[in-house]
Formats: sequence, structure tokens, C-alpha cells
Amino acid sequence: MAHDYNEFNPAWEERTPVIIGLLCNWCSYRAADLAGTSRFGYPATLRDLRIMCTGRLDPTFVVKALREGADGVLVMGCHPGQCHYDAGNYKAMRRMALLRRTLVQLGVHPDRVQLAWASASQGTVFTEMVKNMTETIARLGPLNWQDTAFDESQHKEMEAIRG
Amino acid sequence: MTENRVGVYICHCGHNIAGTVDVEEVALWAAGLPHVAVSRDYKFMCSSLGQELVEADIKEQHLTHVVVAACSPHMHEPTFRQACERAGLNPYLFEMANIREHASWVHPNDRAAATDKAKAIISGSVRRVLELSPLEPLRAPIHETTLVVGGGIAGINTALEIANAGHPVVLVEREPSIGGHMAQFDKTFPTLDCAACILTPKMFEVGMHPNIKLLTYSEVEQVDGYVGNFTVRIRKKARKINTELCTGCGDCWGRCPAKVVDNIYEAGIGYRTAIYRQFPQAVPKYPVIDVETCIYYKNGKCKACEKFCPTGAIDFDQEDEIILMQAGNIVLATGYDLFDARRIPAYGYGRLANVFTSMEFERLTNATGPTGGKVVLRDGVTAPESVAIIHCVGSRDKNYNVYCSATCCMAALKFAHLVKEKTNAEVYNFYIDMRTAFKDYEAFYIRLMEEGTHFIRGRVAEVTDAARIPGEEGKLIVQAEDTLVGKQRRIPVDMVILMGAMEPKDDAKEVAYRFGIGCSEAGFFTERHPKLDPVATMSEGIFIAGACQGPKDIPATVGQGAAAAARVLSLIGQGVVEIEPVRAVIDESRCSGCRICNNLCPYNAIDYLEEEGVSRVNAALCKGCGTCVAACPSQVIQGQHYTFDSLMSQIEGLLYDVGNNQNGHVRVMEPEPV
Repeated sequence: MAHDYNEFNPAWEERTPVIIGLLCNWCSYRAADLAGTSRFGYPATLRDLRIMCTGRLDPTFVVKALREGADGVLVMGCHPGQCHYDAGNYKAMRRMALLRRTLVQLGVHPDRVQLAWASASQGTVFTEMVKNMTETIARLGPLNWQDTAFDESQHKEMEAIRG
Repeated sequence: MTENRVGVYICHCGHNIAGTVDVEEVALWAAGLPHVAVSRDYKFMCSSLGQELVEADIKEQHLTHVVVAACSPHMHEPTFRQACERAGLNPYLFEMANIREHASWVHPNDRAAATDKAKAIISGSVRRVLELSPLEPLRAPIHETTLVVGGGIAGINTALEIANAGHPVVLVEREPSIGGHMAQFDKTFPTLDCAACILTPKMFEVGMHPNIKLLTYSEVEQVDGYVGNFTVRIRKKARKINTELCTGCGDCWGRCPAKVVDNIYEAGIGYRTAIYRQFPQAVPKYPVIDVETCIYYKNGKCKACEKFCPTGAIDFDQEDEIILMQAGNIVLATGYDLFDARRIPAYGYGRLANVFTSMEFERLTNATGPTGGKVVLRDGVTAPESVAIIHCVGSRDKNYNVYCSATCCMAALKFAHLVKEKTNAEVYNFYIDMRTAFKDYEAFYIRLMEEGTHFIRGRVAEVTDAARIPGEEGKLIVQAEDTLVGKQRRIPVDMVILMGAMEPKDDAKEVAYRFGIGCSEAGFFTERHPKLDPVATMSEGIFIAGACQGPKDIPATVGQGAAAAARVLSLIGQGVVEIEPVRAVIDESRCSGCRICNNLCPYNAIDYLEEEGVSRVNAALCKGCGTCVAACPSQVIQGQHYTFDSLMSQIEGLLYDVGNNQNGHVRVMEPEPV
């Protein structure tokens, strides 16, 4: 493996971090395309899928991804005020705020689920975001939510965040 | 139901994918995925042979779904959809897996990781494609009228091409006259023919054309709708002139006592009156009253223009007019702004009198300009004996704009020639690289070298009036490193011309947002494809032409104008346009009528049916963003082509090898509660 995630967290002994990316068709998916055509390298942690707009973000998608084994979910859309559909990204913002609070109650660190913006010309912003998120997830360690959702120790860790 | 048979095709894309991803291994692996009947790898899937491979398999292997793992869907999704359609498969049962932009190109040094990621992406696409349903594209008639925004040479040419083909055009221009930057120029490179002589006949043609409705002093405020059927709201600013009565005689501006600096047309070195016509050949010929500087609007007195107007055309109470129009296509030709030379203080523009911008020099040398075409210093009388022309002011400079403005080298050569011709001054060109691409340009450069113009290779560090030696006194000293000689040089001159960069219009980003298109990082409008589709945008029915797409000279601008017109004409010729059937559909039998979706829709496309107590989506207004789909608490709104099931399955597929899903075992989803 090109990246040694053990440096961040020894729990990455067996596998590498996996992040599911939900990218909007108009800005962030194109930013990812631009990162490709510009040959900006980034860690192979992100596996993305395309939705037309972050307004399509059903919180279930995020929960589903975590349950299926992803260590984090990165939702990216157009910058506020630049949504192709007027304001879908604002709706995503509201849903994400609520979802992150809910996930904390379910034992998931809120930094595992992030919302960010990149316009179609911002291949660099997209690349940086993937790098940052990968590092965050690398530090947090594997989620393995299928096994740990009802693990007492995880819940205690979250109590501090819950406040 | 028939058995699902998926065909998976892995493209090598030459070395672009195969150089990083082990395509043979991926193809072997994909053959083992559930429901996959055919799995192949091929050198170039987008070639006709690659497409024929898919078509033959659909027919012979009875494929029900197709996945092509290659480049971005924004590149070749339409190509393979057409291939599926030719073979009799519904094009919406095709899915593109992006393993080039999103895998091979971004993980070039990690073959194992890139191969693994390609597998995950393909696994997601195979799972997704199985959940897709056949769809029929929506068809909408194309409105015959075209809106052209911007009346420079690009917009003029677009409008004329479309109008000459017999179709109505509405041309909207912000300024009181069409003509744009080209109307300010004196000569054009490399032929040195006069700009007005070639531009004004076209302007006149636009003004007289029966198919062109010209709206000057107007701006587009709002755009709704979609290709074939845009609704546009235009604000026609009050000219304060009744154009029905005005003859353009000029008595009014001849009598106007308010003299103001003309910052637009004369680039700040000439004057106009408060009631003014931009230039003698303006189209339309009517003047306009600038309410900011008009004495009557300041203190309620004057009205000199009204007194002297022979036809009573002055209308001080005229108000802005709102015009609503339908358009089938829109062409944006909004042009560029010249770099503000004040942003580079070391060059002294605004501080040192005899530092000129390129546009100021254009006006200075123009026969209709403030000096009648005499090249003189700021004092208005002294002819310069030496002139420095500084290239790349704000271009090719990471502090301002990294790009090359493409036109300034040639414009600088033109200036050098004009200075030499009119004043016989010594001319020094300070350049980084001379860029004289395109037809006959290099010959012009050679001609200038033969004329005795000096060329110094080096970026100018400073323009100063601080003399060090007696010969420099009273002069502007241009300091630069001559990189061919390897020495610092200080050259005293009388006049400095700054070749400013071509920049995006200051409101380009807002305009792009208003029309639903994208901007590059620099702020120029983004084309659909940089090589193969330079005048279309990502929004169907909206085209771009000229310098709003990137710096370019007049021939390239005119070419793009004609290209945009050709694209519009082909759509008008088709009569109907096919629109992606990505729409929301409400299952009315399960809708509770809660109306949460009604207010979320950005297009007011969801109506509540009082009698039935349910909501319904108006397919003509819906654009398929999916906001309502995600918000429906009963999950009864289906986002076509991006359905809940298809996305959930794609997530499962993407994570086929993680957590408890390992070894290709994918867990069956619980049925959703009804």
C-alpha cells in the first residue's frame, strides 16, 4: 500500500480507510473529473457516486454507507448560492446538521460525515478535501459499525461529544 | 420477468486506464459478479469497433443492461446510450463507471489501489444498473426566437447569422449602442484595416434587420425554463428619449452644458455630455440621458436638450420597462474587461501622467478619438520621441492572472507600428515571449522588426520618474532585466503603454449563475468540451461565444459567433428537443397529501390537488434535482434514474469488499415499509 495508515491509528492493520462520496452532478462531480484530467493525485480511499444535486441527499444513504462498512461519508455540492437547482445545497446543509447529531447518538463520531463545497473549476479544492477527510478518518480508525453499533465503549467515547 | 444479463466492458483508453488499472484482471473479476453475462476489456470502447462490440453483444447475448467502465459520464455517456439504442436496448439501462478520471488518473503510482478502486466502482455500477428502469426522453418543441446577450462583434455576428437564416433574434446590449470593444479600436492587426470600416456596416445591418429586435441599454434580469422554452425577463433602462420621435440629429448633445469624463467609450481620456450618443456610428442612433450627471436630475433646472429638441423627443419622466420574452436558445457573448493597471503600482498608472493603458492608446490613435488620432502625451500637444510598450501586464503573472491573454503581443506590434508611423518615435517592446500564432501574424512581427522597433526580452520591474543620470531627467525610466543579454537596463522614454490582460467581466460569475452555466477558476464561462464543443455549455440550449469564454482576438471571436449560431440553427431545425427524463414522479395512491414537498421545490413544479388530496409533479417544470424525493416522509416520490433503490444498491456495490460484505457477498436489503 502506498499509504501507511498505521501511523495515524494502529487499528488500520488489516485494511485501508473507505469513504463513500456523494457528489452532485454539476459542481463537485465535475471538480472530481477535473482533478482527474489535471492528474492531481489523492488517496484511493474515496468511492464516489453521482447524484443530481445534494438536495437529493437522503440521510438514509449516509446511514446505509456506514452500515455497509464505510468509515466515513463525504457529501460535496456546489458552493452556497451557486446551486444548479437554486438551493438544494442549503437543504443538504440542514439535513446534514440533524443527521450528524443523530449519528453521535448512534455512536458515530460526527467528523466521519462531512459536507463540503467545490465548484466545477475547483479540482484542487476537491483533492484537498479528500486528503483532509482521509486523514481525519485515518486518525479516528476503522468504524466497523456493523459490529460496534451497540458496543458500550464506543458509546462512552461519544458522551463527551454529546455534552 | 426475464433473467437479468449484464454486459460489462472495461476500456483501456490506450494507456490512460490500462497503464494504472489491471484491466484484464478487472474484466475476469467482473465476469464473476452476480447477473453479469459478458465481461470484456477493449483498447478503446468509444471507437466505432468498441461500440459495435456492445451492440453485437446486446443482440447476440441478449443483454438486458450494459455497464461501460471508462471515462467520465460527462464525456461518453451519450455515445454509449446511442449504441444501446441502436441495438434495441433502452438507453437508460446503461450505466457508465468512471474509472479514468476517478481512478486511474488520480492514483497513478498505486496500481493495486487503483485496480481495487476500479473494481469497487464497477461493482457499484453493476448493482445500480440492475435497479434502473427503461425511460423515454421528454420531447419539447423549440421556440424559434433566440436571445443573444451582448452586442460586441461576437453577439453581432451570432445575431446576423441566425437572422439571415430567417429566424427571429432578440439582441440585448447593456450599453446605449452595440459595437463593444471593437468599436473603440482604430486599426486591427495584422492587416491594419480600420476597425470601424469593417464593424459599422455589420452594426447597421443589425439595426435594420427585419428579424432582429435590438434592445440596447437593457439587461437580462432573470432566466427560467429549459432548452427550447426559456422565459426571460429583460430590464430596458429608461433612455429618457422617446425613440419614436427622435431623429438622432444631435441638437440635444450639442447644447448640453454638462461635460463629463467618458470612462466607457473614451476609456477616460475624452469627454461626453450628460445626454450623449456613444459615438457617431452608434446603433441605434438615439442618445441617452445619463441621470447621474444630468443637471436637471440634480437641481431640477436646465432642460436645455428639451428646449432645443426639434421633435419633442426628450422624456424626463420615462421609466424603466420590463420585457418578458420566450426564447428557444440563448447565446451569451458578454465579452471581457480590461485589466485595471492600477493594480500594479510599480508601473505607475494613475500616478505617472504619461503611462497609458492599451485602451487609452487605442482612443488616442483613433481618428474619432479625443485627439483626432494624434499620438501625444497627456498634455495634449507634445509628441513622444520614445515609447515603451510593456507586455503581459496582469497576464502570465501568478499575482494576477496566470493565463496568456493571447491578443496583447499582436496589439502591441500594432501599437508599435502606429507610433512609428505617426511620430517616428523610438519604440521599445518589453516582452516575456512573443506569441504571434495564427495566420499572417508572424509576418507582421517580422515586418515590425524590419521597421526598427526594439524588442527587449524581460519583464519590466518598474516604471519610475526618479532620474539617476542627466539623460533620464524629465523622462519615465523603464527598468527591466534584458534576459537575452543578462543585464539590467534602464530605458528613458516619454510614454509608456501597458498591455493589460483580458479579464472576465466583473459580473461574469453572477451572469453565469443567472443563466445556469459554469465559470472557470479565472472566471471565464466554461464550455462543454474544451476541444470538441467550445461554444456549448453544460446547460442545454445555452451557448457562449467570444471573449466571455476566454481571451481571443477578433477572427476567433467571429468564428465562435458563427459556430454558436450554427448550433442554435441545428436545434431550431430539429424543431423538437429531447430532454433527459430525470424527473420526480409521485405515487399518488400512496401520497398522504402532507405537502412538505410543495414548498421545497425550487421551481414550484409540485401542485397540490385539493380534490384528490395528493400532490402531483408538473413534468414540464421539474428539473430533476431530487430535493422532494429525499424529503418525502412517505418515500412515495420517485426520482427517475436516481431512484432510492438504485442509489442504495450502488452504495452496497461500492462497499462490496468491506465490512461484512466481503468475498462478493452482498446483503439483501430489507423491503422498505409501505
